[in-house]
Amino acid sequence: MAMSGGVDSSVAAALLLDAGHTVTGVTLRLWGGETDSGCCSVSDVEDARRVAAQLGISHYVFNLADTFMESVVDPYVAAHSVGNTPNPCVECNRSIKFGVLFERAVTMGFSALATGHHARVSQSPNGEWQLLRGVDDAKDQSYVLYMLDQTHLARTLLPVGEMTKAEVRSEATRLGLRTATKPESMDVCFVRREDRGDFLAARAPARPGVVQEIDGTVVARHEALAGFTVGQRKGLGVAQGEPRYVIAVDGPSATVTIGTQVDLLTPTLALRDMTFVAEAAPSRSEELSVQTRAHGSLGRGRIEMGELGSAEVLLCQPLARVASGQVVALYRGDELVGGGIVA
Amino acid sequence: MLYLDYAASTPMRAEAVDAMLPFLKESFANPSGSHAAARSAKTALEEAREQVASALGADSSEVIFTGGGTESDNLAVEGAARAARAAGVGDGVVVGAFEHKAVLAAADRLEAEGFRVSRIGATSAGAIDLDSLARALDANTVLVSVMMVNNEIGTIQPLDQVERIIAEHAPKARLHTDAVQAVPWIDVAGAGAGADLISISAHKFGGPKGVGALIARRGVALEPLIEGGGQESGWRAGTVNVAGVVAMATALTITINNRAAEVAAVGALRDSLLAGLSSRIEGLVENGDREIKVAGNAHVAIVGVEAEVLLMALDRVGVCAAAGSSCSSGATEPSHVLAAMGMSESAARSSIRLSLGFASTKADVDGALERIPAVVAQLRTQVGAA
Repeated sequence: MAMSGGVDSSVAAALLLDAGHTVTGVTLRLWGGETDSGCCSVSDVEDARRVAAQLGISHYVFNLADTFMESVVDPYVAAHSVGNTPNPCVECNRSIKFGVLFERAVTMGFSALATGHHARVSQSPNGEWQLLRGVDDAKDQSYVLYMLDQTHLARTLLPVGEMTKAEVRSEATRLGLRTATKPESMDVCFVRREDRGDFLAARAPARPGVVQEIDGTVVARHEALAGFTVGQRKGLGVAQGEPRYVIAVDGPSATVTIGTQVDLLTPTLALRDMTFVAEAAPSRSEELSVQTRAHGSLGRGRIEMGELGSAEVLLCQPLARVASGQVVALYRGDELVGGGIVA
Repeated sequence: MLYLDYAASTPMRAEAVDAMLPFLKESFANPSGSHAAARSAKTALEEAREQVASALGADSSEVIFTGGGTESDNLAVEGAARAARAAGVGDGVVVGAFEHKAVLAAADRLEAEGFRVSRIGATSAGAIDLDSLARALDANTVLVSVMMVNNEIGTIQPLDQVERIIAEHAPKARLHTDAVQAVPWIDVAGAGAGADLISISAHKFGGPKGVGALIARRGVALEPLIEGGGQESGWRAGTVNVAGVVAMATALTITINNRAAEVAAVGALRDSLLAGLSSRIEGLVENGDREIKVAGNAHVAIVGVEAEVLLMALDRVGVCAAAGSSCSSGATEPSHVLAAMGMSESAARSSIRLSLGFASTKADVDGALERIPAVVAQLRTQVGAA
């Protein structure tokens, strides 16, 4: 049981015990630097340890700070410096929780890895594993687990996916868990939103450039490319009549292109590093739900596979452009089909 | 449960528990008071001081009781360096790169205060690199800190040679030695005879946690870290932990009286543990040169097995071992000791410490030889199964 020290994984551990599993808690020490926004710090490890003690299960701490730096933080900084907007929580799930931790669990002979994510694992009548949205729409986290495949899901337990957040909290209160009223972590764990500029500036040289209209008219200069992301409306340094949005960020030239809300729309999304829950990609004729951010922004579209894991999503109705590095997940109803990263 | 982590902490010796109880019960008074109850506590405190002094080859006026090894290290390094600089002696501080964090953190603090700090690496055998040490010293060096025995790999440091090099290159420097890991195994009084400052910690030799001592030779200037009521001759304010100090003195005396026999017995257990593990586990490499190690330490790299995973798997079968040094979160920090010895990161990541002590038995070793190879074999078959 991956225990973050939060309420979801605390309750998940209790549910597994109730269901008769033999549960061992593990907390990952990933960061804890001074920019920590309140996850993975020593106090969270302590919360997890206390909950484990209260539930009467063994608890261990793995120090994966080096791996986290290499696979999550460094790529995050590098991506921002070329104008991309990565999703570090997704990379952490891919390389840390369902990477190193999953492998360690298997190595040690555990039958499954459990986490406190709001999503559900199920098995179809033909034996294929499926990843479904959590029952609490507002808290569903299947999007950040889009990279899970059959190997993972056969050995993954997501106990709180069947509950709403309110139910999780009331269960925690009923059990008297110290994490029952703990506030939710809203930021990326290693940096608070308001500190992101400083965090990036300290790790990669800021790249100044220009802000231009679609026709190439330069309307402003900017100090740091990393401060811009596609879809952004505020802080563009321009005050034209019609609202302007970032519609493109060009890494090599550090150019930010802005346009109107109409210019922001796109009929297709180019993706890379596609993964699918099932062994095979869905048929190109199947219309799927297209989710372009962790919560909300659902469109419809079909997928056309390309070379080397690339794909193009052909949207039924144009959607707002999505920044390079962001994740697009594809759903069939509540079932996650797969996803990829915006090229 | 098989306890193989004596270097982290030892059980208390029964005599030490007995010795401390009266001071938690009837003789509870503050030893600084002026009444009869205080006098009995004060008497016990000063008797303990005599015992510690004699065990460590010091005069009782040279014993400062502290809250443990970390405080002793901090006080020695920061206190001596600051006092020397204030007196205009110089500003150079030289420490081993594989000292305990209590010394390294103190050195970092001094560096932030403007001291020149050098950190000296180690040989692959696990001894301080004496050539580098000589090069780092100069006439303005005020403090050198080299541990008596390393806490992770158990190697005994050549303090006599360190002293000679200091005498030649940095005659004004004071020598501090962190002897926290040395007490159960070597003659600290003899090995530390040339040191100006010696740190010990009670719970490493059968005493309680939270109590230690610093030997500061007469004439060594120190700036105190904790100020207040002037206890411990002003070197360390705060009401002395009488019960703890009495228990420490008792444990220390017993440890020294039993040392020859315990070193022989534990050394034989350790050697049979290592021989058994080597013959049962392929790709097992001993870290550090056993010739210069204390009797209780076994430190091994097990190729292809991550220490964190191995420790957890061992714990699940009731074997208590360690890797690196534990931080407050319970996570394993990458070992700065193995790094200072030039060991590759991957070898360091697959290294664990098995440490024995006075209460270890042949049954512990037999149990370890049954369980550790089985766990390693199981982990190796499962690797890649995901």
